This record gives sequence, structure tokens and C-alpha cells, in this order.
Amino acid sequence: MAKTHVSTTINGEPVEFLCDPTQSLLDVLRDNLGLTGSKEGCGSGDCGACSVTLDNRLVCSCLILAPEAEGHSIRTIEGMAQGDQLHPLQQKFVELAALQCGICTPGFLVASKALLDRNPDPTETEIRYWLAGNLCRCTGYDKIIRAVMEVAADMREAAR
Amino acid sequence: MSNGSYKWIGTRPNRPDGADKVTGRARFGADFNMPGQLIGKVLRSPHAHARIRSIDTSAAAALPGVKAVVTAQDFPDQPNVVVPTGEMQVNLRDVTRNVMAREKALYEGHAVAAVAATTEAVARQALALIKVDYEVLPHVIDVEAAMKDDAPVLHDHLITEGVKPAPDKASNIAKRMDNVKGDVEAGFRQAEVVIERRYATQPVHQGYIEPHATLASAAEDGQVQIWSTTQGHFQVRGFCSRLLGVEASQIRVTPSEIGGGFGGKTVVYLEPVAMRLSQKTGKPVKMVMSREEVFRASGPAPGGTVAVKIGARRDGRIVAAECTVALQAGAFPGSPLGPACWTSFACYDIDNIKVVGFDVVSNRPKVAAYRAPGAPISAWAVESTLDILAQELGMDPIDLRLKNAAKKGTKTSYGPTFDTIGFVETLEAVKSSAHYRSPVKPGMARGVAAGFWFNVGADSSAAAHVAEDGTVTVISGNPDIGGSRASLALMAAEELGVDYDKVRPVIADTSSIGFNFVTGGSRVTFATGLAVVNSVKDMIRELKVRAAKTWKVDPEAVVWENGHARPAGSNVGEFEPLSLADLAASAGRTGGPINGHAQLNAQGAGPGFGVHVVDLAVDRDTGIVTIDRYTAAQDVGTAIHPSYVEGQLQGGVVQGVGWALNEEYIYNAKGKLDNPGFLDYRMPVASDLPMIETILVEVPNPHHPYGVRGVGEVPIVPPLAAVGNAVARATGVRMTDLPMSPPRLSAALDAATPRMAAE
Ligand code: FES
Ligand code: FES
Repeated sequence: MAKTHVSTTINGEPVEFLCDPTQSLLDVLRDNLGLTGSKEGCGSGDCGACSVTLDNRLVCSCLILAPEAEGHSIRTIEGMAQGDQLHPLQQKFVELAALQCGICTPGFLVASKALLDRNPDPTETEIRYWLAGNLCRCTGYDKIIRAVMEVAADMREAAR
Repeated sequence: MSNGSYKWIGTRPNRPDGADKVTGRARFGADFNMPGQLIGKVLRSPHAHARIRSIDTSAAAALPGVKAVVTAQDFPDQPNVVVPTGEMQVNLRDVTRNVMAREKALYEGHAVAAVAATTEAVARQALALIKVDYEVLPHVIDVEAAMKDDAPVLHDHLITEGVKPAPDKASNIAKRMDNVKGDVEAGFRQAEVVIERRYATQPVHQGYIEPHATLASAAEDGQVQIWSTTQGHFQVRGFCSRLLGVEASQIRVTPSEIGGGFGGKTVVYLEPVAMRLSQKTGKPVKMVMSREEVFRASGPAPGGTVAVKIGARRDGRIVAAECTVALQAGAFPGSPLGPACWTSFACYDIDNIKVVGFDVVSNRPKVAAYRAPGAPISAWAVESTLDILAQELGMDPIDLRLKNAAKKGTKTSYGPTFDTIGFVETLEAVKSSAHYRSPVKPGMARGVAAGFWFNVGADSSAAAHVAEDGTVTVISGNPDIGGSRASLALMAAEELGVDYDKVRPVIADTSSIGFNFVTGGSRVTFATGLAVVNSVKDMIRELKVRAAKTWKVDPEAVVWENGHARPAGSNVGEFEPLSLADLAASAGRTGGPINGHAQLNAQGAGPGFGVHVVDLAVDRDTGIVTIDRYTAAQDVGTAIHPSYVEGQLQGGVVQGVGWALNEEYIYNAKGKLDNPGFLDYRMPVASDLPMIETILVEVPNPHHPYGVRGVGEVPIVPPLAAVGNAVARATGVRMTDLPMSPPRLSAALDAATPRMAAE
């Protein structure tokens, strides 16, 4: 099968890659580009472990064909910390023990950031529904939800 | 509630692997790759039960890019004996057949062949070219059907164990187990109230988000390297060594970070296959299961049936208790029958107990451990029955449990007598909690249930090293599945009297540290924690020797306090205390490197008890249950890192809620699983739940220097009945079969309505 050439932007850097036309964006990120921070929990859009943003829209990268990334801007967990500074969500997840095994964590962080970028003042219920596409089997979600609520409050405080 | 005399224990520092895990740096099972690696894929049986007449792999092997094809012929057959393998008692004949079907495929998804190819696409193409000639056989899925005389028999050699005289023909009943204390018949004669019910549960999957994954690389000289996502890399080594006849020391297994296991990653599926493919090709072979494969072929927890009979006096004192448990083992014997039987009445001090259990095979994937294996099933039945008893007696459900609670000195039905335990304290903590004292909101109902788990000790090894600048590395051999690095570092820092961030915990591969039993049974913080503490003690002993040398005094005259060697008294002489850093810096002059080691078989794992309270509402039209408030209390020994202890409780609760309300395996008439994905196998999501409140009751375990008890298993035991009891109190309908999913619950409510109207 002839490979498809794709030009895109990943975490702010221009990236070009060759892929099979049927490859998912997740497979290209992980296998072709070595960005293994995005995880495959299901490959069917049901677990959110592969969450990335495509032009700031939250998507399951397992459901996107890699050629669809052409001309778009993708952000993954690898682009979340700035230099040696963790993003406040990353910092808070560690502080509040919002991860146990950590396999779901990249997906939750990407999804939570996408929420706070849109809605800096979400209610607990809004956070729970926004994150309902991300499965975590370890934590019972409690500490994840608390971490997002606290970061939202901190960021609002900082913005005042 | 933490003991104020500790500096580090009971604090909540950031975990040592935190930054790696929030940035995507941490490497999980599927994140390992090697140059030149091949991709391995498994061909799985489409039939629930079929004889394999022949397998023709020639077309697959001829496909360009295919480097090897294996079937059962590539694995030596194994005797029908139970042997220790990585310290687990396993029947090698069964294990090799579960890894690769031999005479028969015993469940849909059973591996029958595997290929290694240059790409995943080629590997998939090759699978389609393998021709298997199957003779399809009648199958049996459900446990009661499998126990019938005319059921299709899975194994011609399977004679029920534990029955005298031994049956003369094979059946699907692998084992019968009897557990007796006192005289139940006499007990029931004293009873003024007797409640008897029958319950059923469905199998549920552990549901770890990370599928099984491995990478094996066999070299020409016979040495093998394996990377694997596993709860026990020493078990992986043991299984691969046994199944492929390679000496254990030739196999080096490195555990990746592990994306959840809950018991399901204590066995092997892919590792021996990847290793065999690598041996045949001379190339590294990577294998990763799809989610569908995880559902079809990896071990769920069993479903089962439980019949319970409890007799009590009007004052609430239980005088006799009896239950019969039948568990699905899956295609090979070995459900968690023992724990299901032994835990059934373990919360209670009852004079007369009789428990009978059956281990039953059927055409389903072989079950694997899942958090407190077996216990939630019997607790679902026993704790529901107790709730009926409380209603019958008009007693508060906590008071009923307090009246019968096991205490120090209570003899269990399975033998041991409890040492210091905290069940009464936990019940009382719930009784006085804000949640329990609050009125139940209109339209809601409240359910209560308790649960028990033994907790496990077993084998652990650890080592501690001091670097030249006085910082410390502690090395252990249990994959960190939920923050155990932090707990181990906290205990090491406490023991040594240095700061937490001066201690680096490392998890070593099988060749770099002595044997460690699996991460499971809630044993790591207890047993491996003990090994770490002992390795630090060993290091302190050496540090005192070095200080004594420096001061030219007797080592007995040196004490270790707050990270410093000091003279034991003024008679020893006037010496400035020597810090760890001082002693490390002068180590070259006092005898070389300073290390400590420990190895042990940890005894005295303190049992744990949990009591849960839930408030919920039931929508009568849809059968949807909405949980409004949930509190889990547990005697946790000492909470080393309370955040991760709370997390264990919260995670266990939510898995239990899923088990109660939605999760089940749905088989069609052909014995094929109809819901092998997260869309149809419905695990709880964030919007299904409220916050999960926790109450940590600290009753230290007298058999651990810091009072540690395992905490991870207990919290999955009470939720099934807590939810069921609340549903019964909300609707007046007692559900006996799980899950209480919307269709089942609304059907039960509909069925009950005319009767209730007529009453
Ligand atoms: S892997 Fe994409 S949603 Fe699960
Ligand atoms: S922390 Fe393990 S799945 Fe979320």
C-alpha cells in the first residue's frame, strides 16, 4: 500500500510523517513518532486514554485516521508541561494522588485541560459529564474530580 | 488519627514516579520497542467448545513477512500435576493448554495458534490463512447447567476432588470443599428466626485500562529478556521457565509500569508465546492484546450461585449459619473457591457454621484473581440475608452486626483465631459518622453492608544502598500498581530518620533482586514494606559498625537516631554525631560500600474489615439507580500514605458498584461473548458517581513495625450488598441476582407491582 504523506503541527512544532492511509492517528503518534504518552485502552472510542486535541477540539486519536491530521494542529500529553514546569493540572494530579496506576492519566489531563480552556468555572457535575468519556478503573474518580475543581479555582484566583 | 510520633508515616508527599506519570514519560507494557522487532498475533477459537482435528499453517508461513507460526506443538506437553511455579501452585497441564489450546478449544477466544511477522498488518493477514479443522462440540456456559449429570464434559480426566468415595466418572465439578465449625443443625434448633435465600452473580472483568502487552527477546545463546506488564515478573519468569523448559536464571523479566491489574495480571497469556516466537525467529517479538481479546481471553472474576441460611434469636444473636457456594472456574479448574467459602461468615462470631463449595468448569475463559477473589460473591449473599434479618427483627443493620461482630479471640470457620482486628471500631465509626447520622433524604433509601479480607504476607526481598552523598536507594521487586513506591520510601525514611526525598525507591527486574511474590492480595505495603524496613535496619547495623570504627569503640556502644549515629551514653566518650552523609563520605576508609539486605516470608498480615453505607434512589420506570452519597469505612492498620489508602477504598467501592449495577458477561446461544468492549460492558464513569467518602479506622497490625494492614482488597467486598440492600429498602423488592441493571431491575419492579397492589 502506498504511504500517505501528512504535514501537521504537533505540540507547536511542524511535523511531517508517512503513514498507511488506514492507520489511526494514535498508531502514528505511538508507533511512527514515538509519542507513547497517548495510550490505547480500547481502540474504539470508549475509554479516552488516547485523548488529544485537534485544533483545540478534544478527540479520541484512535478514531481519527492519521491522514485527517493534514494541515491541523495536534496537542498531546507530551506538549502539556512548559519547559521544566508541569501544567497546574499535572502538578495537582500528583499532589492529590489523582492517579494510581497512571495509564488513564494522560487522557484525563488532556481532557481536563480542554474543559478548563473552554469553561474556567465548571461545576462538579459539568466536570463529571465532560470526563465521562474517560475511564479510570483505579481511583473511583473522586480525586480526579477534586483535582480539576481545585485547579479551576486556583486558575480563576490567579486570573483575578 | 495518625500516630503523632511519626515524622513521615501518615504524611502525603508526592509520589516518586509522579512526574513521569503525568507527562507521558512512564513506560507501560505497550510502550517498549526494540530495533528489528516482529509483531506477534494470536489466532483464537471462534467456538465455545471444539475438538481441534488439525491445524494447517503452511499458507500462513508462506506469506511474505511471516517469520514464524506456532501452535501447541511448539510447546512441550506438561504433566497433570500441581507444582509451585513462581511460588503459585499451578497445574502445568492446564496452564500450557490455556496459553495454547491442544486437543480442544475450550472457550471462544481460546488461543489456537500465533504468528510473528514484520508488521501487524501482515500478522493479521497470516492469521486469516491458518486453517483449523474443528469438530464443534456441545458447550455449557452456566455454572448450574455445567453441574448437571447430562452436561457436556470439558475434561475427560476431571474427577471431583474432595468427595469420598471419589466419583468414578468425569464431570465438570473439579472440587468440593467443606468448612464446618460447631453443629449447624443444633444451632438452627435454637433459632427463633431463620432466613433462607439463593443468590446469583455474573462474571465481571477486572477492567484494567491497559491491555496485556509483552516484548520478548531470545538470544542465540539461550538467554531471554522479557518486558511485560505484570503484577509479578517473578511469576512470568517461573511460568516461562516451566512451560518452555528454560532455566529460570536464563530468563530476565523486567516489569513495565502497569496500567492496572486488580489480580488479572498475575497469570501469563502472551509471554510464553512471544518467547517461543522469539526463540524460533531470533528476533524480538512484541505482542499486545486488543480490548476485545482482553474480554474474550483473559480471566474475569467468576460468577456463581450462593444459597444462604441464617438462624438467629429475636435479640439478634446469630446461632447458626450455612451457605453453599458454586463458582465458575472457567475452562480449567481453579476458581477462588477457598476464599469465597472462608470469608463468607468471617465478619461474625457465630458458634455453628457450615460452608460447602463447588469449583465448576464451563466453556468460559479461565478465571483470574480480582481484588479479594471470591469474597464479594459470598458477601453479596450473606450481607443481603443479614439485611433481611435486620428488617425482620426491626433492628438497625449496624446494631445487628455489632451484636455479632468478630473480635480478637473469635475463632473463624476456616481455622485461625483472630488477633487484634478492628471490625467493631469500624462499625462504630460508621454509626457515629455524619453520613449515618444524617436523615435519609426523601425518595432515597440507605443500605449498609460489611466485608472481610485476610490480606496476604508471603515472600519479599529488598535491598538498601547509600550513595556517596548520603542519599539512599531502596530496591524491591514488586510492580507499583497504585503508589507503593511512595509508601515504601516513607517507611524507609521513617526507619532511617532521613527526609523522604532523600530516598529513591526502585523496582528491580528478576535478575537484580531476590524473589518477590506477586503484587496482589494487598501484600506489598505489608510484606515488601517489612522487607524494606528490614533492609534499612540491616543497613543501620552496618552504619553503626562504621561509626564505631571511626570512634574506635564497640558497635554496641553506638545508637542510631534521627539519621545519625550517636554514642549510646556519656560513658562511651564525647563524639559528635555522624550523619548518614558523613558515614557515606568516609565509607571507603571504614570498610567499603554500605548496603542492607532483607529477605522474608511475612507472617501476620492483619485481616481487614470494611463497612459501607450508601444512599440511593431508584427510578421505578427505567430501573436506573442513582447513587447520592457513599461512605466507606475500613480498619486500615496504619495509613502510611493516607491519600493512596483513601484511593484504594474509593477505587474498590466503584468497582463494586459496577459489579452491583451493570457489569456482566453476556453470552449468546452459541456460547459466544456478545459484549467484548467498553461500550457494552458498562463500567462506571465519572458521571455515574458522587464523591466517595472514606473513614480510615487505624487499628495497627501488631505484626508489623508500623502497624500496616493490607487495604486494597476489602473495599470491593461490601458494595454489592450495600447497594442491593438500599435498592431493597427503596423499592420493597429484594434483588437476588446481579447485576441490578436497568432492564433487570425494571423487570423485577414490574413483576412485583401487581403483587404489591394486591396486598
Ligand atoms: S483507545 Fe481511544 S478511546 Fe480507548
Ligand atoms: S489510575 Fe489506573 S486507570 Fe486511572
